[in-house]
Amino acid sequence: MAFDKMELRDIEVWDGNFAAAQALRQCQIDVVAAYPITPSTPIVEGYAKFLADGYVEGEFVMVESEHAAMSGCIGAAAAGGRVATATSSQGYALMVETLYQASGMRLPIILNVVNRALAAPLNVNGDHSDMYLGRDSGWIQLDAYCPQDAYDLNFIAFKVAEDHEVRLPCMVHQDGFMTSHTAQGVKTLTDDEGYGFVGDFKPMNDMLDFEHPVTHGVQTEEDWHFEHKARQHNDLMTKVMPKIQAAFDDFEKLSGRKYNIVEKYDMDDADVAVVCMGTSVETAREVATEMRAKGIKAGVVGIRVIRPFPFMQIQEALKGAKAIATLDRSAPGGTVGMLFNEMAGCLYNLETRPMLSGKIYGLGGRDLTKKHLVDLFTELQANVDAGKITTPLQQFIGVRGPKLSFL
Amino acid sequence: MLEIRWHSRAGQGAVTGAKGLADVISTTGKHVQAFAFYGSAKRGAAMTAYNRVNDQMIMNHEKYMEPDFVFVIDPALVYTSDVTINHKENTVYIITTHMTTEELVASQPRLEGKEVYTVDCIKIAQETIGRPIPNTPMLGAFMKVSKMYDIEFFKESMVRILGKLPQKIIDANMIAIQRAYDEVK
Repeated sequence: MAFDKMELRDIEVWDGNFAAAQALRQCQIDVVAAYPITPSTPIVEGYAKFLADGYVEGEFVMVESEHAAMSGCIGAAAAGGRVATATSSQGYALMVETLYQASGMRLPIILNVVNRALAAPLNVNGDHSDMYLGRDSGWIQLDAYCPQDAYDLNFIAFKVAEDHEVRLPCMVHQDGFMTSHTAQGVKTLTDDEGYGFVGDFKPMNDMLDFEHPVTHGVQTEEDWHFEHKARQHNDLMTKVMPKIQAAFDDFEKLSGRKYNIVEKYDMDDADVAVVCMGTSVETAREVATEMRAKGIKAGVVGIRVIRPFPFMQIQEALKGAKAIATLDRSAPGGTVGMLFNEMAGCLYNLETRPMLSGKIYGLGGRDLTKKHLVDLFTELQANVDAGKITTPLQQFIGVRGPKLSFL
Repeated sequence: MLEIRWHSRAGQGAVTGAKGLADVISTTGKHVQAFAFYGSAKRGAAMTAYNRVNDQMIMNHEKYMEPDFVFVIDPALVYTSDVTINHKENTVYIITTHMTTEELVASQPRLEGKEVYTVDCIKIAQETIGRPIPNTPMLGAFMKVSKMYDIEFFKESMVRILGKLPQKIIDANMIAIQRAYDEVK
C-alpha cells in the first residue's frame, strides 16, 4: 500500500468529527467531494489532512456547493470508487435533490451528517431538522449517540452499503456540537483491523469497466419508473436489516462493542418509557436509572437504525410499557413529531395499546437537561396512575414563555 | 463525577485546554468529556467550556452543569459575566488576575465567602510563551489546587499533547505550567 499507517492509542480523546474523520482514513476512501459547513467541516478537513500527510491514497475534490459535492460523489461512486463526504443543515438541504439520485442509482456512498437546525432563523447548533429532511430519500440512516458511535458506525455503514445485495447509500448521523465537538474517550481499531472489517471495495456495474458497458442515470417514464422504485423500496425494507444485524454481529466480534437495530435500556419491566435519538438517548438512560432508584420503572428506547425503520423491533421493545413519550428534536411543521407518528404506527396493532404522548424539544441546540427528563418520567408515571393521558398530546419541552401545547 | 466550567474569550484556548485536560485524565483510566458553548461568536467573545470526569462512562450530555471547579482565564470576565452561576456550596474558583485574592473578592462581591484562588495566567503566558494564551498555566494552577496529579506527571503528559508544536513553544508551556503551579494563591 502506498500510504503510511498511523499508530493510535487504545483509547483516544476525540470529538465526534475527528472520530468520523479517522474512520474515513482507516476505510481508505478513494474520493471525498466536499463543501464545508458548520458543524461538519472538521470531518472532511480531517480527511484532507490525512490525504495531504500521506495517510490515505485517494482524492479530495473541492466543489462549489453541497449539490456539487454529492454530485461529485455520485460520479465517483458510479465510476467504481469508495466514496464519502459530510455535511449539515443548509448544505444537507441543498444536497437533497442529489440524495435521491444516489439511492436511485444504487450507489453505496457514505454521508456523515452532523445534525444541525435549519434556517430561518439561522442557527449553527444541533437539532434533528436536517436528519428528518432526508428520511424519504431511500438512504439507510444510522444514528450515533456519542463520539464512539460516530467512529464505529462509519465502519458498519461501509460494510452494509457496499454489500452487493444492498448497494444503497448510507448516512451516519451525529448531533451537532453535542457529539461533533464534544471530546470523549474513543476506543480505537488498529488501521489493519478497521480496513480489514470493511475490506477492499468491490465495484459492481462500474462505469469504468469498459469490458462490460452499462448505463447510469437513465430516464424511465410511466413504463418502468414504478418498478424501479418498488424494487428499490423492497430491497431497503427486506434486505438491509439482516445485513445491518450481520455487520453489528461482526463488529461486536472484532471490537467487543455491541450495537442493536433498536437500543433498549431497562425496558424488560418498564412501565414508562421515552423514545428518542442522538445524545438524548444517553442522557435519558442515566435519568431512567435514577428514576428506578425512586421507584418508577423507567426505560429508554433509542432508534439506532432510522431508515429502514425497525417497526417490528420497536413494537417488541415497547409492548410491555404502559405510558410512552416520543422526543422529537425537529419542528414537525403542521403535524405531530415524526417519532410520534412512527410509534403510533408501531403500537396501533398491539393488544396492550400503551398511552402515547409527543414532545418537541431541543430545537436549535436548546439544552435537554436531566431535570426535563425527570419531570417527563414523573408525568408519564402520573399517566399510568391515572389510567389516562393527563396532559395535552403534543407539548414543547424547554421553551420559554407560556406553556405551549397542541392537540 | 468531577465537573469543571471554564470562562474564557474565544481564542484564549479554553477549548484546547479542556480537551488537553481530558486527554491527560483519560490516560489514567478515567472517563472524560470536554465540550464548549459555541454560537457564531468570534474571537474575543465571552464563552464557556466544560469538563466532566468520572469513574464510569459519562452518558450525561446536558449542557447544564453545577461545577466543582470554575476556571476564569480572562480577568475581565469576573465583572462582565456571572462566573458563579449554577454554583454549589463548595465550588472552587481559580481566577486569572493581577490582584491578590483579597483585592479581587473586594472588587466582586459575588465571590465573597467562596473558595477563591488567584494566579496571573495572562502575565505568565506573556512572559513565557510570548502570547496571552492563558490555558496551560491555568491547568498548572489547577494541579496545585486540586492535587489531582503530580506536577511532573502532568507536564510529561502535556508534552505529548502539545507534541506537534515547535520544541521552543512546548518548553515555554512547561515553564508556564510550573510557574502557575508555584504562584497560585
